[in-house]
Amino acid sequence: MDTLYKIFIDPFMQMGAAPDLLVQTLWEGLVAGVLYALIALGFVLIFKASGIFNFAQGIMVVFAALTLVGLYEHGVPAYVALGLTIAVMFGLAVAVERLMLRPLVNQPDIILFMATFGLTYFLIGFGELVFGGEPKIMIAEQLGLPRGAIDIKMAGGFVALQKIDIAAAIIASIMVTALALFFQKTRIGRALRAVADSHKAALSVGISLEQIWVIVWFAAGLVALTTGIMWGARSQVSFALEIIALKALPVLILGGFTSIPGAIIGGVIIGVGEKLGEFYWGPLLGSGIESWLAYVIALIFLLFRPQGLFGERLIERI
Amino acid sequence: MRAMDARQTTAAGEALLSVENVSLSFGGVRAISDVSFDIRKGEIRAIIGPNGAGKTSMLNVINGFYSPQRGRITFKGKTRSKMRPHEAAEGGIARTFQNVALFRGMTALDNIMTGRTLKMRRGFGWQLLRYGPAMAEEVEHRRKVEEIIDFLKIQEIRRIPVGRLAYGLQKRVELGRALAMEPDLLLLDEPMAGMNLEEKEDMSRYVLDVNDHFGTTIALIEHDMGVVMDLSDRVVVLDHGIKIADGTPSEVKNNQGVIDAYLGVAH
Amino acid sequence: MLYRETGQFKTSYSADMAVMPILQDRVGIAVILFIAAVIIPYFGSGFLIQAVMIPFLIFSLAAIGLNLLTGYTGLLSLGTGAFMGVGAYACYKLTTWFPGVNILIWVIASGFFSAAVGVLFGIPSLRIKGFYLAVATLAAQFFLSWCFIRLPWFYNYNASGAIEVPTRTLAGIPITGATATDTTRYYVVLAIVVAMTWLASNLVHGRIGRMWMAVRDMDLAAELIGIRLLPTKLLAFAVSSFYCGVAGALLVFLWYGGAEPSVFDVNLSFFILFMVIIGGLGSLTGSFFGAALIFILPIVLRYIPPKFGMPIQASMVEHIQFMVIGALIIVFLIVEPNGLARLWQIGKQKLRVWPFPY
Repeated sequence: MDTLYKIFIDPFMQMGAAPDLLVQTLWEGLVAGVLYALIALGFVLIFKASGIFNFAQGIMVVFAALTLVGLYEHGVPAYVALGLTIAVMFGLAVAVERLMLRPLVNQPDIILFMATFGLTYFLIGFGELVFGGEPKIMIAEQLGLPRGAIDIKMAGGFVALQKIDIAAAIIASIMVTALALFFQKTRIGRALRAVADSHKAALSVGISLEQIWVIVWFAAGLVALTTGIMWGARSQVSFALEIIALKALPVLILGGFTSIPGAIIGGVIIGVGEKLGEFYWGPLLGSGIESWLAYVIALIFLLFRPQGLFGERLIERI
Repeated sequence: MRAMDARQTTAAGEALLSVENVSLSFGGVRAISDVSFDIRKGEIRAIIGPNGAGKTSMLNVINGFYSPQRGRITFKGKTRSKMRPHEAAEGGIARTFQNVALFRGMTALDNIMTGRTLKMRRGFGWQLLRYGPAMAEEVEHRRKVEEIIDFLKIQEIRRIPVGRLAYGLQKRVELGRALAMEPDLLLLDEPMAGMNLEEKEDMSRYVLDVNDHFGTTIALIEHDMGVVMDLSDRVVVLDHGIKIADGTPSEVKNNQGVIDAYLGVAH
Repeated sequence: MLYRETGQFKTSYSADMAVMPILQDRVGIAVILFIAAVIIPYFGSGFLIQAVMIPFLIFSLAAIGLNLLTGYTGLLSLGTGAFMGVGAYACYKLTTWFPGVNILIWVIASGFFSAAVGVLFGIPSLRIKGFYLAVATLAAQFFLSWCFIRLPWFYNYNASGAIEVPTRTLAGIPITGATATDTTRYYVVLAIVVAMTWLASNLVHGRIGRMWMAVRDMDLAAELIGIRLLPTKLLAFAVSSFYCGVAGALLVFLWYGGAEPSVFDVNLSFFILFMVIIGGLGSLTGSFFGAALIFILPIVLRYIPPKFGMPIQASMVEHIQFMVIGALIIVFLIVEPNGLARLWQIGKQKLRVWPFPY
């Protein structure tokens, strides 16, 4: 009886008792969700355009951030470093297309998925070799990102909104809108959708697969860079981020693998759900439940809707 | 009325399977509208119609892959609103597919052996041991499968992974797998598709032999009119999901509605 | 010339369906077993046995487990590490409660616990397919990892959070704990791995193996044959997790001698998955090849360069190891998606006709 009370009643009472804490938690969940959504966005881009689930997206986030900070530490001015990092991500896209995608062009998706495992481990090793394994500080200020917080008085207490979080939310929204428009309205966007549907058909109408893939992996690289800057500015840049990227998977399950708005909505649900769960139910179960809570939430969703919230229901024609 | 046991044998000439008022839609698309027909035991029944008529969907309904929104299926005396695939299999329905649904990772022999799965009884424990009762069972079923291999003349390709076989041979292996189930009702979805004249003649002979020798009731979808006329006892014609004719081949051949449907005349 | 089958006629179906119909294969296996059972313990150094052979065998067993699920049944699992952990901790708790019972019984029993957990997390596989299922197994992985760290019951409330293996004996000879010798432990592991490989081989060559492969290749067609999907998939989860659980128990009790909860994390899951991919999905011998390559490679990297006068720092070794494994996976997938096992088969094919080209 006592346990039931603790699980089903008490947390809600706590929420009501200190509404400012609730709003703070919700806000943090929202911000975390937006950042998860950014990571998920990278996955969606590549999946939408090539049907490949790019497991290496997480490590690309870390890699981009490390390159940026690494260059700066070697004396390159902030904005120049940013430009160079963008160039590096382009180079990475070209390399991936040449060395990994082209040789595997007709293989089933599962093979390509496993290849991205290989890419992940390669980049982890390479990144650690070149940049070292210790955590680094993101050069947020040098890039012009705001510091400090805005305090809002409400409901008998304070809610502190970090300016960097607000900036992250705004930047993420702009990015999402831009990408959504890009896919829907532009010629290249259409070509990307065609390629995702069928390689052979796209080839037969004259779309160059190689160019498309470079474009898409580069775009994913840019998203990864943005994500890396934002995540890094809020905490640090380290390889632990790579595991956090795995969090994008529950987001994708909820939001669907091909939906850009779905990534945001899925991200926010997971982010808010996780933070609320951790803050109000966490003390019951012990700390650290955020390591698996998102997955369990996603799993429960999957049981009711096997194609995710926004995914397309596959009608298998036999 | 006495309840009929599904295992009760149906006398030759009686309906083995009948579909009544079956309607099937996908989202907004009506695949089958209020179709009824029956298949008599021991006959070869052709289901024909222009592309998109709903023929494959009809087979899928009989099989249990699709659940019709309306209508009933009566098989061996038992009536249901929908079939489930393994119920269909256990009840004695076997099937081949338009796009050859073989298990690509396995050899031809293993594919046909999978058809014997329902008949193999030895449990997990014996399987772990293999030597002993499980092996004896494998040998017994291997004998049966070899009979089918002889019948279909695919001895040389036994050990070849099916992915590497020519299309015509793949279709033969798929037929073999269906036959391995010793079905009462065999559903063939365009068994002659993509074959040349010689291959078609071979396949036609197999179909006839299966019907003659084993007494298997056969329902087949086919586009080649010559084949349909030669092989089938009765024909049902679908067009845009509606049944437009049902009778012997010669009756159907001269039906104006059927001719119009094939020629695309608006009606 | 060496590998010709001519003259080996099979006069009965049972002979034709034998697991190793070709005489040379049977001889080969006998030789390998002889080397494993006699040559290595007699001539091999303690290092070879402790640091190479024992873990190689244990990882091969785990790879077989994962291969049964992912390679034969087509259900991608990223929870291998967690299932191994369940086996290890189950064994630990059982032997803590009943120290008098022979440890080998508990090792096998812990497999059943793992199997039960595997089945539980496999239930979603009825509705969830392919890649989504992998995410469900990740849920299992993260949840169980968290349990091993956060629930002190698992490690008997030990202050360090780690478990230490007590000494246990078999027929008076210590086989776990500090007093057990390398050779003793090697023989126990060898016996268990050989036996379980034989059982797995029996399974995959018979009705159950065919059912699993049918589900993998085309589950719709499998249903049509009469194969019930959920029981077949759950059986795959059960057997696979059993093997992983036993491997986990062996890992802790007959190799490490203890364990920290972080041993059974998601990296271990990936480790075993890479073994299976490189070795060959759907091949038991491939599991051994993959384990050999992935496990022995870092050892080679650590010890060979200094012999050539190129010292490499310890930390760098790990980085290079990651890079090499990552690159190898991509190379293998390009060159031979079916892994080392297929390369081995192709090699044997060439041996059939050697010295002729075709």
